[in-house]
Amino acid sequence: MLLIYCPYCEEERSELEFRGAGDAHIARPDNIADITDEEFEEYFFLRQNPKGLIFERWRHIHGCGRFFNAARDTVSDRFYTTYKAGEPKPDVAAILNGERDKGAAR
Amino acid sequence: MRKYSVFAVAREALRGHKGWGPQWASPEPRKDYDVIIIGGGGHGLGAAYYLAKEHGITNVAVLEKGWIGGGNTGRNTTIIRSNYLYEESMDIYEHSLKLWENLSQDLNYNVMYSPRGVMMLSHNIHDQQSFKRHINANRLYGIDNEWLTPEQAKAYCPPLDIAKNARYPINGAALQRRGGTARHDAVAWGYARGASDRGVHIIQNCEVTGIRRDENGHVTGVDTNRGFIGAKKIGVSAAGHSSVLMEMAGVRVPLQSQPLQALVSEPLKPIFPCVVMSNSVHAYISQSDKGEFVIGAGTDQYNSYSQTGGLQIITHTLDAICELFPMFRRVKMMRQWGGIVDVTQDRSPIQGVTPVPGLFLNAGWGTGGFKATPGSANLFAHLIAKGEPHRLSAGLTLDRFRTGRLIDEAAAAAVAH
Repeated sequence: MLLIYCPYCEEERSELEFRGAGDAHIARPDNIADITDEEFEEYFFLRQNPKGLIFERWRHIHGCGRFFNAARDTVSDRFYTTYKAGEPKPDVAAILNGERDKGAAR
Repeated sequence: MRKYSVFAVAREALRGHKGWGPQWASPEPRKDYDVIIIGGGGHGLGAAYYLAKEHGITNVAVLEKGWIGGGNTGRNTTIIRSNYLYEESMDIYEHSLKLWENLSQDLNYNVMYSPRGVMMLSHNIHDQQSFKRHINANRLYGIDNEWLTPEQAKAYCPPLDIAKNARYPINGAALQRRGGTARHDAVAWGYARGASDRGVHIIQNCEVTGIRRDENGHVTGVDTNRGFIGAKKIGVSAAGHSSVLMEMAGVRVPLQSQPLQALVSEPLKPIFPCVVMSNSVHAYISQSDKGEFVIGAGTDQYNSYSQTGGLQIITHTLDAICELFPMFRRVKMMRQWGGIVDVTQDRSPIQGVTPVPGLFLNAGWGTGGFKATPGSANLFAHLIAKGEPHRLSAGLTLDRFRTGRLIDEAAAAAVAH
């Protein structure tokens, strides 16, 4: 079971309180009626599935109820950071370098 | 290939079993092949076997990054059934079930296919309506599936608790009698032996790190940790790592990789005659020939390649098992593990051509790939050999997520594969 830091509650809580909500930073096209089938597939069906660093949404459903984003490693399941919805995607290089400096388990 | 028979066993018994020899060869890779299949699980090895046996293509290599059958082929709960709802699904799973029925004879290898019946428990009116819809669809399509009353379900599987005041009351069940189990390791080994005997190279500890293409985009081969290996055609059959491999060829696929857990109990004397699944409370259970209960749990809610999973997932399943079968409450669990399943958005598999010429994909089997092994392998071989899908897998295309022709088993299926 994961331990997840909720950036709103500012507390690390068990995964039982959270619901995974898939890929983060997906913007619905403003012109949804005009886009091509390829663009719709891209928006609606295609998701990141990296072996390594992933940016994903979580919802603290049995806590504050709010959505937030997380950067996590899909091999070790370790969270690098969590951040509030609407905040920009953290810099990948900074995340990975930071982890290296700390000598974290990879 | 040494043919396995009762006479071979008797002869070896007299010689102290010194003459068996390896079941498949482990050759050095050639410089290039007609076909490379990435992924040495049941699907990949089976595809190589059928390429050689049915299509006469023997210049084939199966590349496996670990050991064969060490991925999801050796990590599933070995359930076999074909009672799906949609014709696209019924076609391929029923094709598979028919191959299961003669697989031991075909391979000269005992895969221990045991049609002991797969029973799906209905706990509420919604289950009942859904199952009856499945039963009617199946029977119209010539696939056996029948409705049981709670008493009939109890008679078929005596450990079941059908008390009215049970935590998960049972108002009936759907039973596919031809469904059952098989020994998953034997499936991989049997296909490997049969393929190797027909000239297919099985190359273990060979991880693909890149897929090379020529100026027209056509595949030319793969980079591996053992160097470049050329190929005219490449089939990707790598379960949870399919999207990683497809990314190497520049193709994004609608797959999400998630851990799926299973566990086995201490061995007990034979007490559990069939496979029981409960979709509503998410548990499935059968008893192996060794006597262990084989129990399957659900997927975790996040993407991961860790081949583990959260403890809360399996405890939830065990809670349900203990309620459904109160007599098992003091059984001890012995081992637990996770496999990485590749799940599509409509929960149906993808088998077909890709935008890259010469590259073929067999993926997205999600939580239910084992039952499909022979059928999927058979049709994947057809796809690679002919360059276009067989009639039975023609609906499982990669482009259905663009055209909108989804096969929506997730919404209407008896899921929990």
